[in-house]
Amino acid sequence: MTTTTTARAGAPRMAPPSLVRLTGVELRKLADTRAGYWLLITIGLLAAAIATVQLVVPDARARSFADFFSASLLPVGVLLPVLGILSVTSEWSQRTTLTTFALVPRRHRVVLAKLAAGTVAGVASVGISLAVAAAGTVIGNVAGGDVSWSFEAAAIGHAAVLQATGVLTGLAFGMLLLHTPLAVVLYFLLPTVWGLLGDMIPALRAPAQWLDTGVTLMPLATPDVTAGQWARVAVSLAVWMLAPLLAGVVRVVRAEVC
Amino acid sequence: MIAVEHLSKRYGRHAAVEDVSFVCEPGTVTGFLGPNGAGKSTTMRMICGLTPPSSGGATVCGVGYRHLPNPGRQVGVLLDAAAQHAGRTGREALTLSAQLIGVDRRAVEEKLDLVGLNAVAAKRRVRAYSLGMRQRLGLAQALLGDPRVLILDEPANGLDPEGIYWMRGLLREFADRGGTVLLSSHLLREVEAVADQLVVIGRGRVVARGSKRELLAGAGTLVRARDPQTLAGALRRAGLAVTAATDGALTVPADAGAVGQVAADAGVALLELRPAGGGGLEQMFLTLTAGDSVKEAVR
Repeated sequence: MTTTTTARAGAPRMAPPSLVRLTGVELRKLADTRAGYWLLITIGLLAAAIATVQLVVPDARARSFADFFSASLLPVGVLLPVLGILSVTSEWSQRTTLTTFALVPRRHRVVLAKLAAGTVAGVASVGISLAVAAAGTVIGNVAGGDVSWSFEAAAIGHAAVLQATGVLTGLAFGMLLLHTPLAVVLYFLLPTVWGLLGDMIPALRAPAQWLDTGVTLMPLATPDVTAGQWARVAVSLAVWMLAPLLAGVVRVVRAEVC
Repeated sequence: MIAVEHLSKRYGRHAAVEDVSFVCEPGTVTGFLGPNGAGKSTTMRMICGLTPPSSGGATVCGVGYRHLPNPGRQVGVLLDAAAQHAGRTGREALTLSAQLIGVDRRAVEEKLDLVGLNAVAAKRRVRAYSLGMRQRLGLAQALLGDPRVLILDEPANGLDPEGIYWMRGLLREFADRGGTVLLSSHLLREVEAVADQLVVIGRGRVVARGSKRELLAGAGTLVRARDPQTLAGALRRAGLAVTAATDGALTVPADAGAVGQVAADAGVALLELRPAGGGGLEQMFLTLTAGDSVKEAVR
């Protein structure tokens, strides 16, 4: 077998990979494994399933494009954080960090690329929700129903914030824990437990209005968000997204990779 | 070129690597030898910026690894062939790296071909790969950016004899074209066949370092006697260190004349007397690192 392993001397190819390039690679990684591929398919199928329910079940019938759209945000929003978690933890469990960080030793750049890719994925999912809502509206009308196209464009921006921060929160939990089952369980368990405690303990009721993402993020599925609601969104995300994110970045950048 | 200077790594009170220094020059293959748990992988991870050293440092191409702008184009790294995403195809794993370091997609096919992974293998997910196939994939990944330096940790693991022979040729050719190769192994024969420089490590410390010729020359004389115990006693009384192999052969760090004289004076009949040669390195390796593997297993 002949080889072409040339050991060429100095060449004009030393520029570090740009953040755009790194983000492109991270986006590709979201879909190029069997697990990632099926997770994305599942997200799409769930959105379609909810729309189907809204077409078929009389009590759940959607009366407008907006109904279809806001209903699809929830199932998609539940799985998007898992996409974020896996984006980090699968690299550690499959030990591809050995390759990733050997090729990009400035690890914060990989982290930035993962955050950018997660944001893109979250925003792109809103496109899927729009497509599903459009399909639902058309089918509803074709089937003889009376489904209006009424929709407020502001809902798109709110949904984008909701879904993108969902992926970013998943990334934050992934980086903080570096362990798939632990990150997934804690991601779903902590807010639930916090919500339960908020219901049970009167003293926690007031803070829960600011910290329970199950409550604070709800307005984002609608076109109308008041300044007070935005403040609660910001405070709750600072606790559940930003704090674990910062701690997670420190952990990933410093961790020994083996 | 790779320069390692006083590299140390401590985990709590346990010193995994202690004051390791060596240099790998362009045009050479450096074999990094040691039993399991001696600190080879930790040292290589420190060279590649994946493990922060407790003290000391290393440079590749003149700078610290973390300061290389696009390391994939200068250094080919294969630290663990098993560290691939099981759910990705072989071609996809290479395509990701190619995209990351900015080489043409054609390089992927070229390297797959070079390491002998055919179209069918490239399409399969890594989960279905044997360790040997993973080694070939890892080697393709390391070569993807046409680097001038290769850092390979146990690359022969899992390769069949034909694969090992092929890899030796590939590494030799890479070095002969001016490349620098650092490869580790716990299998002496593997390294002996391809390396021209050797660094032997045991319990985290460098125990021998130099050209293969130097280290082999220092290996002394192999002698076999009808009565090995008497001969060993006589040699020791003559002030010579004796290393006994299980088959009764003795290795002595002295020339054949001196050993023959001791045997004649002691009246011992010899069966064999020759320079320790190729087998000497093995003796040295066993002697220098004796007991390490056992301790590792027991700890």
